[in-house]
Amino acid sequence: MTSSAGTPRALLSVNGLRKLYPVGRKLLGRFGRTQPAMLHAVDGVSFAIERGETIGLVGESGCGKSTLARLIARLIDPTAGMIWFDGADISTMPARKFARSEWRADIQMVFQEATDSINPRFTAARAIADPLIRLRDLRAAALRVRVEEVARLTGLPAELLVRFPHQLSGGQKARVGIARAIAVEPRLLILDEPTSALDVSVQTVILKLLHELKQRLALSYLFVSHDLNVVRLLCDRVLVMYLGRIIESGPAVQLFAAPAHPYTQALLSALPNPGARRTRIALAGEPRSPIDPDPHICRLYGRCPRATDLCRKVAPLLQQIAAGRLVACHHPVDEMAAAGP
Amino acid sequence: MAWPPPDSRMAPLLAVEDLLVEFHTRSGTVRALDGVSFDLRHGEMMALVGESGSGKSVTAYAILGILDTAARISGRVVFDGRELLSAGEKAMGAVRGSKLAIIFQNPRTALNPIRPIGKQIADVLARHGNVTAAQAQRLGVEMLAKVRIPDPKRRAAAYPFELSGGMCQRVMIAMALACEPALLIADEPTTGLDITTQAAIMGLIAELVASRNMAMLLITHDLALAAQYCNRIAVMHAGHLVELAPTRLLFATPRHPYTANLIAAAPGEGAGLDRLSAIPGTIPDLRRGDLPACRYSERCERVTPDCRTGPLLRLDTADGRRVACRHPL
Repeated sequence: MTSSAGTPRALLSVNGLRKLYPVGRKLLGRFGRTQPAMLHAVDGVSFAIERGETIGLVGESGCGKSTLARLIARLIDPTAGMIWFDGADISTMPARKFARSEWRADIQMVFQEATDSINPRFTAARAIADPLIRLRDLRAAALRVRVEEVARLTGLPAELLVRFPHQLSGGQKARVGIARAIAVEPRLLILDEPTSALDVSVQTVILKLLHELKQRLALSYLFVSHDLNVVRLLCDRVLVMYLGRIIESGPAVQLFAAPAHPYTQALLSALPNPGARRTRIALAGEPRSPIDPDPHICRLYGRCPRATDLCRKVAPLLQQIAAGRLVACHHPVDEMAAAGP
Repeated sequence: MAWPPPDSRMAPLLAVEDLLVEFHTRSGTVRALDGVSFDLRHGEMMALVGESGSGKSVTAYAILGILDTAARISGRVVFDGRELLSAGEKAMGAVRGSKLAIIFQNPRTALNPIRPIGKQIADVLARHGNVTAAQAQRLGVEMLAKVRIPDPKRRAAAYPFELSGGMCQRVMIAMALACEPALLIADEPTTGLDITTQAAIMGLIAELVASRNMAMLLITHDLALAAQYCNRIAVMHAGHLVELAPTRLLFATPRHPYTANLIAAAPGEGAGLDRLSAIPGTIPDLRRGDLPACRYSERCERVTPDCRTGPLLRLDTADGRRVACRHPL
């Protein structure tokens, strides 16, 4: 059983994590007094990643999944909440300082667009060497040996190491991004849409590479993606995010077979399906504004086909409905409610 | 101007014959399309599927006559009884946007950023329909309502940056359908959109296309999406149309090795990672002087020497399929 706080031995555990961004000011009552309006990008998120686990984080654009990934990678500072990595609190250290800390090598990230995330003036070898120089203080021969070793691990031919990003194909750039991230032997790898820019034939190769690397290097993954089919393939457990909150989590197999949250259900039913057997559950309208959302209204209210009066009076909290399965909904989809505790 | 009426409903609405497109660039001649032939009947929905660089968009742009001037084009594109490649820019201008419309891939860059969306739709109507400016404005708002943009009257005054990606794509659809075209080309209409938005947009396009008996050419890299909405699928690879078949047959019994690999590589329900197969190699550089006759031959497991030396064989089978392969499955 996995509670929201995770087991004490969890590799990473996150509790009540929030990230708010100020966006202009809003009027407060009369007399023209104002206070900053806040965009709630990540709003009270708790979960854990066990050792050797691959967690999928899914949701639509703007739901805060990339912000959550960046918080955990400690590229940005949280507004509130705790991040524990291997028993140590890493949430209080400023991001700038974290970049030079002992933890930096432990948590590495593979970015969304390989093209934009590799310095265009660095060769592949120089890009992979960068974290080794900064974090492992490798130089000269030792550096070259390690770069070549990592290139081999990620299936990057040695003769391509002298090339610049623009001379590499999409798949090769993806390999450079992965090689650079695993070069310093991280324990947690955060993958932010690693295959979204790739063609389907290349995507398969990269997914297989990631799967193989995880076994070989005993890695744990946080896999951020909007592609549910890819998440289904790679992940043990899935977190579904909507407007800054996790609204459902559970083992991938169960969650895909019987989604409990109406949003998860709608998301899965929107997958293109050649047989078209499934009926699509459409969500009406557009998402609510993430700017100062009313804490008493369910974030899906207004789009949800199952909504009642209760949903706009009390926002639902994550609750366990079965072993390892959490749902934030007053009216979860029936089959699951029946199979609940 | 007088538009020649289709002599019969049996004649295809669009016939592309032996289309060849080359771009002369400083680094050599890019053979972007070679011998592409297919046709599309009235009211039919067909998909053009392939990986990036396979020539899907070039095919669409060639049909619309909006390729770069550096392009050398040969072959025939017959639309509604008229040859378009030899038609002058003036004649094309009359067809484009009225009888033949396109939804571009990225609505944010395709829309004019400094003109209200209602005006942009009205522009299309004023250019092609016999309407006054005031009527065009009113019809523009009606079109926004038809693509289910809430509060269309107010939204007509909005600029593209004020709308979400999904809403911008709805505006593109409204523009494309404003003059009731006979053929709609949808070039990756949902790439970059969220999956729920994708489902809503594709549902909307399919509904509008079907209700007006329009034909649609859907260009996509997503086989599953193509299969859900189209009766026939044409698979492209490196500027060749390698297989064309009714959707069900294509999935049940792919004949071209590339099609089979493409289907096997797409993650979907039930398939584990170990069951997914990768397609070896990459699309060949189309600037190469020594391109083999079959451009898939260098990635193909069924290759024999004559695949390279050619010529490329195109087989038409009795069940309405076309395969460009010497050793089909």
